Amino acid sequence: MRVIQSIFGLLLLIQASVASAVLDIEIIGAGEKQIPVAIVPMGGDAKLSQTIHEVVVGDLMRSGLFRMVDLAGKFLTEPSQVSYADWQVRGADALAIGTVAMQPSGRIEARFRLFDVVKQAELVGQSVTAAEGQARAVGHRIADMIYEKLTGDKGVFGSRIAYVNRRGQNFRLIVADSDGYNEQVVLAQNEPIMSPSWSPDGSHLAYVSFETGHAAVFVQSLYTNQRKVLADFRGSNSAPAWSPDGKQMAIVLTRDGSSQIYLVRPDGSNLRRITFSGAIDTEPHFSPDGQYLLFTSDRGGSAQIYRMPVEGGPEQRLTFGEGSNYSPRHNPDGNGFIFAHRNNGKFYIAMQDFQTGQMELLTEGGWEKKPSFAPNGKLILFASEAKGRGILATVSSDGRVKQHMFTQSGDAREPVWGPNP
Amino acid sequence: MKKLVISLVLVNLLAACASNKPAETTAAPTDSSAKASASKTGAASATQVAGDPLNDPASILAKRSVYYPFDVDAVQDADKPVVQAHGKYLASNPNRKVRLEGNCDERGSNEYNLGLGQRRADGVKKMLELGGAKSAQLDSVSYGEEKPVASGHEEASWSQNRRTDIKYAK
Repeated sequence: MRVIQSIFGLLLLIQASVASAVLDIEIIGAGEKQIPVAIVPMGGDAKLSQTIHEVVVGDLMRSGLFRMVDLAGKFLTEPSQVSYADWQVRGADALAIGTVAMQPSGRIEARFRLFDVVKQAELVGQSVTAAEGQARAVGHRIADMIYEKLTGDKGVFGSRIAYVNRRGQNFRLIVADSDGYNEQVVLAQNEPIMSPSWSPDGSHLAYVSFETGHAAVFVQSLYTNQRKVLADFRGSNSAPAWSPDGKQMAIVLTRDGSSQIYLVRPDGSNLRRITFSGAIDTEPHFSPDGQYLLFTSDRGGSAQIYRMPVEGGPEQRLTFGEGSNYSPRHNPDGNGFIFAHRNNGKFYIAMQDFQTGQMELLTEGGWEKKPSFAPNGKLILFASEAKGRGILATVSSDGRVKQHMFTQSGDAREPVWGPNP
Repeated sequence: MKKLVISLVLVNLLAACASNKPAETTAAPTDSSAKASASKTGAASATQVAGDPLNDPASILAKRSVYYPFDVDAVQDADKPVVQAHGKYLASNPNRKVRLEGNCDERGSNEYNLGLGQRRADGVKKMLELGGAKSAQLDSVSYGEEKPVASGHEEASWSQNRRTDIKYAK
């Protein structure tokens, strides 16, 4: 176990925050049923209020599950000002109001209330605080509360995503808010970076870096930035995946021949091989109960999705039919999986149920790869392409709502949705 | 059973190498005899001593890349003489080292392509070893689809990116 630090570390690690990194978000489609909500901008600090309002409305719109009710110039901040009849006439099911202020310490404090207009009842009344400069985080938390109260599912707007930004020969590993804003550069270098993978508690990223001249697996703390080499054997070391309890990882090594799957503890100990196919076995992903691995293998002649017990045992092929399949990930509910499907020169994001074995395409096809679920299983983040660039995209798990996120420059690749904070 | 199959394959490959050898040795003199027919054998051996054939742009050794069809990792017949010539060169120049870099087109997942590129590089490595190169002279790595030489999204670019490069250490 080698720890890279000091000067080398300083050169490689650039912790930077770039505001307004996302230029453009396109939303396509709408949910089957959209909940009409009235989001009144908060009273108090105008600048904070505006940021929070943008974030809340943006989050809710991107989910495809909400429709914004025209406020018609109405402005209110207190429960005593709420006229349910007024909002019923405007067609709102729910109403959000509040105030925001900068405290002398610099902390942001927002007081937020959500009302059920139909039932004429307060659903949430809560104070949200955050450090200076974290107005967007306040917005995400409020959006999460609205989403949770009105849909019954846990919100994911406060979670983060990781992806690789490629500009020519320059590669940057980025962590950002779920809407692509608030970019943090975890690693920047002139060698490729691949396959970022979140630890279950969101504290670490494992990834593949070519900085030693070939693919090696690193694990990096997002708090201290300290990084360790997890696997640097001859050949290629790649495809890190964490078990749900964070106690072990699956990685892919070629040190004994073709790409095969191994288990290892996050500290690098107890390395053991678990596939013995002689074919390419890669992209392992743990089931939510930690008992199974999905993986990609070409043992049958083309790349397909397989499943095996983590502790070894029979390996079962799950995808058949035309084309090939890659990058499987379990649904958070454990009932099925998503993957990239290639057929007739296109890549699609697809979903399959374990029980029925039926594949369902969630996208129209194009250059769509590397899907990963939001923690609540309602949205899928993936790599796509538009206007000649690699971009981030999401699709709702029912395939109805899609969005494209264009980062500032270069190609966005290898996205992966992180756990809830 | 597996071992038996592997050793049979090895025997076949060795046989293939061995049967190719006479063809190559006869081919080489005809090439040089065309140039140096007047001065006979003395001149031919002198050029061999003077110039490293690796630096001769007319030599087959000037070819340092091997190309593949989609999703294939076996060295194709057309490229076998190139790999065999490098194997022979490495066998007779044990101080030279090469790095084999496997690459893929962008179709497939990045991770699958990393595995495919490694198989491509390892396949060339094996063939070099069969040609007499020592394992210590060889290193194989994969870049998967991460370092394309051509950036287009069509076969013209893809065919250039499905490649193993034979890179000699300086």
